[in-house]
Amino acid sequence: MSRLTPAKKTMLWLQSAGCGGCTMSLLCAEDPPLLDALDDFGIDCLWHPTISEESGAEVVALLEAIAEGRQKLDILCFEGSVVRGPADTGGFHMLAGTGKPMLHWLRRLAPKARDVVAVGTCAAFGGVTSAGANPSDACGLQYDGNLPGGALGAEFRSLSGNPVINVAGCPTHPNWVVEALMMLAEDGIGPDDLDRLSRPRFYADHLVHHGCSRNEYYEYKASAHHLSELGCMMENLGCLGTQAHGDCNTRSWNGEGSCTSGGYPCINCTAPEFEEPGRVFTETPKIGGVPIGLPTDMPKAWFIALASLSRAATPERLRANATADRIVSPPSIKSTNRR
Amino acid sequence: MGGGADRKGETRRLIAGPFNRVEGDLEVRLTIERDQVVAAHVNSPLFRGFEAILAGKDPRDALTIVPRICGICSVSQSMAAQHALAELQGIAPPPNGLLAQAVVHAAENLADHLIHFHVFFMADFARQIYAPRPWFEEVHELFAAKTGTAVRAAIEARATLFHVMGILAGKWPHTLSLQPGGVTKAPDARDRMRLLATVRQFRAFCEKQLFGAPLEEVAALETADALQAFAETGGPAYAKTYLRIARDLDLHDAGLGPPRLMSFGGYRLPDETVFGPGLLRDGRKEEIDFSAIAEDLSHSWMLGEAAHPARGETVPDPQMCEPGYSWCKAPRLTGETVEVGAIARQANDGHPLALAMLRDGRANVHGRIVGRLLEIARLVPAMESWVRAMDVSEPFILHPRRIEDGAARGLAEAARGSLGHWVTVEKGRIAHYQIVAPTTWNFSPRDATGAPGPLEAALEGAPVLRGETTPVSVQHIVRSFDPCMVCTVH
Repeated sequence: MSRLTPAKKTMLWLQSAGCGGCTMSLLCAEDPPLLDALDDFGIDCLWHPTISEESGAEVVALLEAIAEGRQKLDILCFEGSVVRGPADTGGFHMLAGTGKPMLHWLRRLAPKARDVVAVGTCAAFGGVTSAGANPSDACGLQYDGNLPGGALGAEFRSLSGNPVINVAGCPTHPNWVVEALMMLAEDGIGPDDLDRLSRPRFYADHLVHHGCSRNEYYEYKASAHHLSELGCMMENLGCLGTQAHGDCNTRSWNGEGSCTSGGYPCINCTAPEFEEPGRVFTETPKIGGVPIGLPTDMPKAWFIALASLSRAATPERLRANATADRIVSPPSIKSTNRR
Repeated sequence: MGGGADRKGETRRLIAGPFNRVEGDLEVRLTIERDQVVAAHVNSPLFRGFEAILAGKDPRDALTIVPRICGICSVSQSMAAQHALAELQGIAPPPNGLLAQAVVHAAENLADHLIHFHVFFMADFARQIYAPRPWFEEVHELFAAKTGTAVRAAIEARATLFHVMGILAGKWPHTLSLQPGGVTKAPDARDRMRLLATVRQFRAFCEKQLFGAPLEEVAALETADALQAFAETGGPAYAKTYLRIARDLDLHDAGLGPPRLMSFGGYRLPDETVFGPGLLRDGRKEEIDFSAIAEDLSHSWMLGEAAHPARGETVPDPQMCEPGYSWCKAPRLTGETVEVGAIARQANDGHPLALAMLRDGRANVHGRIVGRLLEIARLVPAMESWVRAMDVSEPFILHPRRIEDGAARGLAEAARGSLGHWVTVEKGRIAHYQIVAPTTWNFSPRDATGAPGPLEAALEGAPVLRGETTPVSVQHIVRSFDPCMVCTVH
């Protein structure tokens, strides 16, 4: 049986100053698994550090061929931050076997690629590697935290005309990456497909709050006080789900999980500078007892009014369950038929 | 780089890198005389500086930051940190908390063993250099990079196994569920059944495809002869394919480690530690003297003096001066190298097969692989028993206490070996944080005495074939350690 297969697209994957966790997460892709998805969408993986046979000189020869234009490159995926230190030399990551900093290789290879994908928040914005005093002077491909720029500069465009496509997340959901690759292989990704931070809108136009299993607690301001409790984690435990962009609670992780279903707060890991929230990750700062940080697009006065109203209306069931680690008060059973 | 004819007495050098199918970037410099490696220098080429990033932060934030040191040992990093914080808080998880932590940790370690064997290690036997071997066609079909049927089956089995994380830990990697007091998700009766179903699915993969035998039968093998007999009987299985190759290529003679094998102890449960800790020195079991650990900086691009991790500093040398040649420090125990990993864990636990794999008290390529396979066979049934031991009517976590001042260490066994965090808190802030990771031990550079690190020593004597730029023998030895380079320097 013949199938319509798009022309082969080539992909190169490089890893630098990150944990490799986005690749490790990517290998968790299901329906289809990663390697099947690449086959089915005609993506020829020229090299990936985790899954390819080639090592050493074979890889260096491939990089040279791409840099010199002898090998076509459709998709360059870059995982991990780009380190510029010490003193702008990039010496904190000299790509093994080449005697040259990864910074150098990125700048040579990116202009040859039809599209450049920053995989993970490190590659997109700098991420955890740039936390604290940023000892390695890490940044993203086209952002340095919130500031456009980064390793390639704000004006950089790949051959398709796109800026760097920022599949941000710490780690990325496997299917954010797989679906972005499928789109690039099939129809391409255009400027309308990306949000203001160049994240694919298919997942970044959603909020983590959407589909959160704690929504009823949120509605009635029934809050958890400790990790593991069932209540809403916005008021006390630092949860940023109402502000964080991502579809984590409408598509599940590792079968049926998400941060909030796992009993811990969303830390807004798809955002620039999430790594330095200016407070403890698991504690909501308050002024005069009122938590700082409004749900996205919510007018403050209305939020406060609605919150105080809903707090007054909190059903006893939710009040009891919010501070328990399991359901202690089940919903009452009633008939929903019209009489 | 490059080959060239090797005349007698001629010395040449090779730089092997980027060395892939390891976690992170790795460069190995080889000095070759005639047809073998006479010296090796191992460079961990990436520095990020997590210890400096952690300094000054609230200790609770360590639980968000440290898993992100490593995308493959993420849970192990969390476990080490939460152990240290638990000691500082003076609390310990309830029995359910220990069981749930062990299940999450075991899922990661099993997944890492799976990916190491099927994706990282076996692909090298499917290289064209082995085309003349009688087993080549079979191995190529199963283990060729990207296309091998075993490679794909293992990736799928791993994704399914990680449903354990979706149920119990929110997601993987980088969960925040592992806390000093237990875990943040209290599974209910249905979750417990789902966990059991997932682990049993993984058992089915192992028994049908990896071993071709019940796990209990594999775990009961005690001698090298019994292992070989196992390989030659019954139906086909991935592990049996490997065992036949290992015999053909004499992998038990390759890549000998130091006669010192260390384990911090695998899984802490209410009544025992599964895979108990220890140091095997020349085949004799000792207790680990933690005060005798020091990180030597003589051949690292690091400033300062050798120090115990409770006091040591991480100050990178921006000039990258010689004789430094790696960002990795050189941890030593009583001034000596030690090897860590699954074989060290299983041998310290006294498993007869693991002990039978050692050669004069030393691990080797074959022993390291068998150590992991054995650990899979032992760990899956243990995991099933842990899930069944959970009592879903009881608590899974205790509330935390504030930490103002104190010093503690947190230990864990990652898939690839012993991981330690040394933490000092002053006035509610992290004043000092040092991490010594498994591959820091195994892939350390030379120390002040000039003694090479375990991998460097293991590579000496590795055969080099004419024209090889990244000798396949070197690839087997390097990958047999299952290195994690991102943890190594962190």
